[in-house]
Amino acid sequence: MRPEMGAQGPVLRLDGITKRFGALVANDAISVTLWPGEVIALLGENGAGKTTLMNILFGHYTADEGSVEVFGAPLPQGNPRAALAAGVGMVHQHFTLADNLTVLENVILGTQPLWGARLDMAGARAKLARLAEDFGLAVDPDARLGTLSVGERQRVEILKALYRDARILILDEPTAVLTPQQAEALFAALRKMVAQGLSIIFISHKLHEVMAIASRVVVLRHGKLVGEVAVADTNPGALAEMMVGARITPPELRAAAPGATLLELRTVSTPDRGTARGLRKVDLALREGTITGLAGVSGNGQGALADLIAGLEHLSGGEMLVHGAEPVTWSVAHALNAGIGRIPEDRHKTGTIADFSLTENAILERYRRPPFARRGWMDWGAARGFTDTVIRSYDVRCPGPETRIRLLSGGNMQKLILGRAMEGAPKIILANQPVRGLDIGAITFVQTQLLAARDQGAAVLLISEDLDEILTLSDIIHVISEGRLSPPFARGTMSAADLGRWMAGEGFERGQDAA
Amino acid sequence: MRLELIARPSPLRLIGFPMLALALTVVFGSSLALLAGANPFQTLGLILRGAAGSQFALLETLNRATPLIFTGLAVAVAFRAKLWNIGAEAQLYAGALMAVLIGTGALGWPSGLLLPAMAGAAMLAGALVLLGPALLKTRFGVDEVVTTLLFNFIMLLFISMLLEGPLKDPMGMGWPQSSRLIPEARLPRIVEGLRLHWGFALALIAAGVVWVIQSRTTLGYEMRAVGANRQAAEFAGIPVGRVMLKTALLSGGLAALAGFSEVAGLKGNLTLDLSPGFGYTGIIVAMLALLNPIGVVVSAIFVAGVFVGADSMSRAAGVPTYIANIMLATALLTMVLAIALTRYRVRWD
Repeated sequence: MRPEMGAQGPVLRLDGITKRFGALVANDAISVTLWPGEVIALLGENGAGKTTLMNILFGHYTADEGSVEVFGAPLPQGNPRAALAAGVGMVHQHFTLADNLTVLENVILGTQPLWGARLDMAGARAKLARLAEDFGLAVDPDARLGTLSVGERQRVEILKALYRDARILILDEPTAVLTPQQAEALFAALRKMVAQGLSIIFISHKLHEVMAIASRVVVLRHGKLVGEVAVADTNPGALAEMMVGARITPPELRAAAPGATLLELRTVSTPDRGTARGLRKVDLALREGTITGLAGVSGNGQGALADLIAGLEHLSGGEMLVHGAEPVTWSVAHALNAGIGRIPEDRHKTGTIADFSLTENAILERYRRPPFARRGWMDWGAARGFTDTVIRSYDVRCPGPETRIRLLSGGNMQKLILGRAMEGAPKIILANQPVRGLDIGAITFVQTQLLAARDQGAAVLLISEDLDEILTLSDIIHVISEGRLSPPFARGTMSAADLGRWMAGEGFERGQDAA
Repeated sequence: MRLELIARPSPLRLIGFPMLALALTVVFGSSLALLAGANPFQTLGLILRGAAGSQFALLETLNRATPLIFTGLAVAVAFRAKLWNIGAEAQLYAGALMAVLIGTGALGWPSGLLLPAMAGAAMLAGALVLLGPALLKTRFGVDEVVTTLLFNFIMLLFISMLLEGPLKDPMGMGWPQSSRLIPEARLPRIVEGLRLHWGFALALIAAGVVWVIQSRTTLGYEMRAVGANRQAAEFAGIPVGRVMLKTALLSGGLAALAGFSEVAGLKGNLTLDLSPGFGYTGIIVAMLALLNPIGVVVSAIFVAGVFVGADSMSRAAGVPTYIANIMLATALLTMVLAIALTRYRVRWD
């Protein structure tokens, strides 16, 4: 459904863009054309060059070769203001809004003359209202941003771009923080924009969304443009293959054999920590040979639950049973002694120490115990031996155990963390966002390992914001919303839309709110 | 402008940039000498000769380096764990105070017992001085930069009070100074006839011990982990608060040894000018050494050499000794930059 080209030329032309970082070619002669009133999806794995390309368009980087044309006029490179002035707006994955300002103030921030005596608030308000009306992006202009939900903040971010008269909108992974229903509402707004002649570049790696919103898909792999197809002529499987460059075999799934309950929470509550929400009377049972998936929009108490099981958080109510008994005290050491393998949410901030070697990182959770230490003295030989084993068994690609871990890719870093967590054959596994940001090869590896652990009788708690991942891997699914936990749902009984309603807070008993 | 991490820096890079920093320091120092009306080549020669041109000069430099090694180690140990101990000066005086309290005749023990007792008491006192700020940090989140810095003034005034009162030397003709140590409480010279006392050897041993602790013990591993990534250390179950306190004890104890060694090895009594800012200079020493304990020895000798050399040059050429401070500041700034440049490449885009 390519729009009529008619008298109008393309709104945007990237022509032969090449960008090198040292030996790495991040963008290799990429040409993309965007026509008025169309949505194209930019698809690719992490590190495929999507972000680099958009950063060149937006003036954050200068291309080594190639040129950018907006509405037929060449765009001077290396100047974000030029892109904005030419009508290119970008909605970043991480919002660039000020919490202590109102919606209206956020939107006009930077658009008014610096030395003007007063702000033209009335005019701005009218313009914002008109935009919100036109595109169905309703939001209270006087609300403080800090009080808004993530979905509303995203609307503000989009309005901000539209307010600057953007005719080309770039959205970087816009649905990562939304429930399926919120994503649908976003798509409806995007369709209205397109109907009014705006053009949109939609960056994503979620295939069904790409299929739903885009008319054309541009696929990048290792910095090269490997394919450009109309959505009507393709399917998710073909796109995935194009993205990865190989046939994808999803991890093999055997029937679950649930056994005894290894970890149980009974009406457990935990305190709120600043803006991080605690748990509200949560009931949860992790059973042998089962993957329990936890779905939910980020920031709804996943952190508290993960911290509790990892030994970093304490109960403020209810009881927790580990291997059938209530621990007298609870700490990281107790969690490790109870055989809990832990994969933390953020591998850079909490999972590893960037300036430590692989060896020093591999023993982080057991450095005090033999064979790694005796009476306070480290045995680095034993530590290196252990690290070598992990490197080999978990296929960690690295120059050697003495390499500083910051030089490893995210996938290899995660494999080391996985190896560290799994080496003691843990009975309970906490996997918090275990594949976020990894490429498909690493994703498959990590998921296969988790499934293998389940088949050998481990109880796995899988926390993820990716519903597809939850639906594929979990035998039991819970949804978490505002610290409350839904009842358990068995595999196959819930659709993504069903889960989405729970994620939005529907279905929870009123009584739970009072807690 | 961005910084790009270099995976394997070339040897040229590793040596070239620090050398360039040193050259810049010399050029800058020389141009200041020129401004002061002296011949810069002559000035430079005088500094070198004054710092290392004779046996006497060299031993003087090593003597001056001794307290700097201790305070440098104290700072290096603390900074490695991201405990910002700016109070080595106070801990130094706490150590000196203990040396004087025990060594002026209170205990009539032979040297073999008395000196270890003095050193031990000094370390204990220095450790306790830093324990306070460390507890305030781990318990209440009070910024230790402020508390340790302010403690320097409290300690100096406290010592001043003692020297005007209970500790005042009755034979001191009214000067604010303590009585002199008994002969058994003095650190002997390493070689008879040469002006270098055992404090220097003790400093070398301390550097070796710190190196072993950091690289071979669980405590050292914990201290490095807490400093490199506190959040990851917490997640791994490292008791961050307790590690901080242990670090404080070690750091305070090391700084106190500087006071003990100055009193017992060099001065023989306690005065208010015992330390011309050894505690603060220890920060420069530690930073120049990239917090490496063996590097601390080298950088302490370098820093001491600049001071001793500049003193002697100042006497001979009439250029103010402030030039030493300026040269050290320049050396620190250029060296920190140079070390960053050995690891990162600057990209202009």
